[in-house]
Amino acid sequence: MNQIPILLRVFAYLSILTVGGGMAAFPEMEHLSVTVHQWMTSSQLVHMYSVGQLAPGPNMMMIVSIGDWAVWESSGSMALGILGGLVVIAAFFGPTALLALVVGRAWNKLEKWPWRKSIQLGLAPVSVGLLLAGTLSMARTAVTGWTTGGIALFVLLTMLWRKINPALLVLTGAIVGLIVGYLPK
Amino acid sequence: MSETAISHADERALVAAARAKATVFDIFWQFLVIGATSFGGVVPYLREGLVTKNHWVDDKEFVELLSISQSLPGLNATNMAILLGDRLKGWMGAVAGIVGVCLPGGLLMLCVGMFYRVHGDHSFITFMLKGVAAAAAGLLLATVIQLGKKSLSHRFDLFFVLITVLAVNRLHLGVPKTLVIVGLMAIFFHYPRKSEKESVKQ
Repeated sequence: MNQIPILLRVFAYLSILTVGGGMAAFPEMEHLSVTVHQWMTSSQLVHMYSVGQLAPGPNMMMIVSIGDWAVWESSGSMALGILGGLVVIAAFFGPTALLALVVGRAWNKLEKWPWRKSIQLGLAPVSVGLLLAGTLSMARTAVTGWTTGGIALFVLLTMLWRKINPALLVLTGAIVGLIVGYLPK
Repeated sequence: MSETAISHADERALVAAARAKATVFDIFWQFLVIGATSFGGVVPYLREGLVTKNHWVDDKEFVELLSISQSLPGLNATNMAILLGDRLKGWMGAVAGIVGVCLPGGLLMLCVGMFYRVHGDHSFITFMLKGVAAAAAGLLLATVIQLGKKSLSHRFDLFFVLITVLAVNRLHLGVPKTLVIVGLMAIFFHYPRKSEKESVKQ
């Protein structure tokens, strides 16, 4: 139970870093959940994030499992673990939801403000940079050799050249991973 | 051209009628369906559900809401749920939208997480997840490239992308400091110019 206030604080903080996408918060999420609070290992975090790509809905829903594990581990209770997951969701989506509500209502006034365009144009490269930084720190854990490098490259090139449902490519990755894993060495 | 003008007027009437009928539960239900079916990226499913099926917004407003969602922190799916829910039914609509869109994926990931915590070290799971993680890395990189192509407006923006990556991954400056420092630099680089203002008006 003592993990709940920490989870609230950590995920409310991560919430406001998700500029451009959830992945922008990944380096900080990795630092806080793996190094600082040791809720999971970095490969567990990357695994959960990646499986999350197969789930429908907002693509960061894997955070429920961080909250679940943190409280489950410290309290030994599965039910309290679920509460931990709920806390994380509320903390992660609450602050940005409130901001979206306020900005959405003020948008017509903001439309005429000349700096609004500047903010949008200026934040674009920074959010692309934050997403790229998140991607690279995630890839450091995910791409470890020829097989994983090949899968990543195949998915990258397919995505850039063909319009295809990304979930199918993730499934392909799973199948290739299984085949290569069970091949006799 | 006249045909599109007529269909545009029709569409506005359709949207007005559909909005007047929408209830908080309708919003919850539609976002629940989107949250349960949007495999591989939420935006096309949002458009299908909100524009094509329910006529709660027309394409122009949809794009506008999406651009607000993208320039704010938070995920597209949840920001869209808030913005649209609020325009339809105020804060209760917003809450209905965000709860609906998060619920299916959240429940699923809770179960997956529990299963993985217990069986995650089984070799079958490990092999599979190695492939899944590698695919997700390639997917993310493709998303970054596509987003960059679409949203970068100036050659010099690539420089801001580069220093953002270096600040976070090499200098370990942390995301918030990087966001403020590089963000301010880039915003001032794109300060409001007269010519841009005029081109926006046109």
